[in-house]
Amino acid sequence: MIVCVAHNIISPLGVTTADNYAAVKSGRSALKRYDGLWGLPEPFVASLLDRDAYADDRQTIDEKIVIDSVSRALEGAGIDTTWTRVLFIISTTKGNVFLLDKRANAFPQERGRLGMMAREVTRHFGNPNEPIVVSNACISGVCAQIEAMRYLESGAYDYVIVCGVDVQSAFIVSGFQSFKALSPDECKPFDANRQGLNLGDAAATIVFTKKDKVGDNEWVACRGAIRNDANHISGPSRTGEGSYRALKVALGDMEPEKLAFINAHGTATSYNDEMESIAIERAGLAGVPVNSLKGYYGHTMGAAGVLETIISMQAVDDHNILGTRGFDTLGVTHPLDVSNQNRATEKRAFIKLLSGFGGCNAALLMAKGGLR
Amino acid sequence: MMRHSVIITPDHVIVDGNPLMHNEKGSVLLTELYRNNIGDYPKFFKMDTLSKLGFIASELLLNAEGNRSFEPREDRAVILFNRHASLQADTAYQATIQDPDNFFPSPAAFVYTLPNIVTGEIAIRNKYFGETSFIVIDDYDEKIIMENLKNAFQDPMTTSIIGGWVDCSDEEHFEAKIFLIEKEN
Repeated sequence: MIVCVAHNIISPLGVTTADNYAAVKSGRSALKRYDGLWGLPEPFVASLLDRDAYADDRQTIDEKIVIDSVSRALEGAGIDTTWTRVLFIISTTKGNVFLLDKRANAFPQERGRLGMMAREVTRHFGNPNEPIVVSNACISGVCAQIEAMRYLESGAYDYVIVCGVDVQSAFIVSGFQSFKALSPDECKPFDANRQGLNLGDAAATIVFTKKDKVGDNEWVACRGAIRNDANHISGPSRTGEGSYRALKVALGDMEPEKLAFINAHGTATSYNDEMESIAIERAGLAGVPVNSLKGYYGHTMGAAGVLETIISMQAVDDHNILGTRGFDTLGVTHPLDVSNQNRATEKRAFIKLLSGFGGCNAALLMAKGGLR
Repeated sequence: MMRHSVIITPDHVIVDGNPLMHNEKGSVLLTELYRNNIGDYPKFFKMDTLSKLGFIASELLLNAEGNRSFEPREDRAVILFNRHASLQADTAYQATIQDPDNFFPSPAAFVYTLPNIVTGEIAIRNKYFGETSFIVIDDYDEKIIMENLKNAFQDPMTTSIIGGWVDCSDEEHFEAKIFLIEKEN
């Protein structure tokens, strides 16, 4: 079984998993309104790290927070990153894309390549293997975990370190603005009055290994799947095709009653949340509580799948179904069990669901103590 | 087991080891290949260079496989790799926001600033509901690619994969080296 042995989250809400979970549980959000930032003509609401705290002329902020997150995750884990049987998988959509704006920096242009950014990380940790960068739009963070499961299952590595990262910039914000996808206020996932998404900065790390026997309190990555809508490159399927199919594979023969919740993508765009409601109902999971963490962090893109999996593990450990911040009145056509309040649960498993541009969708089943 | 392969560079096209005749080079070559071998998919002209390259290469590959039905299927994955991610599209989008006095961010350009869009284009064309994925490594490495594709057969439904390298740094510099592989029993 593939087991999670360490994790960390670096976000505006904190630099440890515990700080992040405590902040989310108490309802705190890092979303703020920015007016005139980066010379952008339109204001926007986002969850941003303090750029000055990470300023450096040797490493970019993306590289710095990945290194910081991995270092903190590995504290006390007893894993030597110079081992040949340790693999790094980085999940990111845009990496150092801000380097394309030549006014902004003194870094060599080649650092804009995702593989070079990842090599800067493995160089720091003295890891001899070529890092794998998963760049699969907004589902990257779950894809990277599925890749890790496969590499460990094949026996090629003893540990896989997965780190998801994205840092917002004029490039990304203006692009989402041009798409009319950003909410003018804090986002409202699954709500009748949702107006779009917010973007966010984060890095999040999960370390996996393979074990034959798993303790009751160990988290197991059970099954994951990636499926395409085969419908449109920038709009989700009207039948929730890819998400429905990914959910079906991830659920497998597990009874839906055993799931504490589905942690949905829940970006708060009109189309995404509607599509997820269709897919969840089609997969026979309409009775399972659904939540979204975008009201706390915004959409952290390449980090989202990793960050939201970690927060969800913490929530189950705490017997808690986290409330969906920003939600008030259900605004999707298929009934979902969404609440803005934290709720108690004694169940020990959840599904992380994501979808993204390119028609891609991913689902991952995580269970405490494994499937039993 | 590898069934078919396609290589496209700015001046060579090779299908299953045999050169395919053409007159043009560079970006015009992709348009020539589209007109000579496909012709019925005008969405091609909206695509960025990476998607055009991957789309053409996959079409030549699937024509070599033959018996194209376009029936929906979930047992075929599309898993591609490259070095430059979506650099050509990123550069084109950056040009729409670089000048504060001429700031017109283009949604049509922005949508291609993700390397996995090409896998979506191939899935849409062929009605593939299976896995699509995009992975970046800084140098072409057949061992890493083949190990990764072999791992992808751990998915319970995947029985064949369109996989390989699809890279472009700008409209005139590109390289595709893709193949169709089937699960070994």
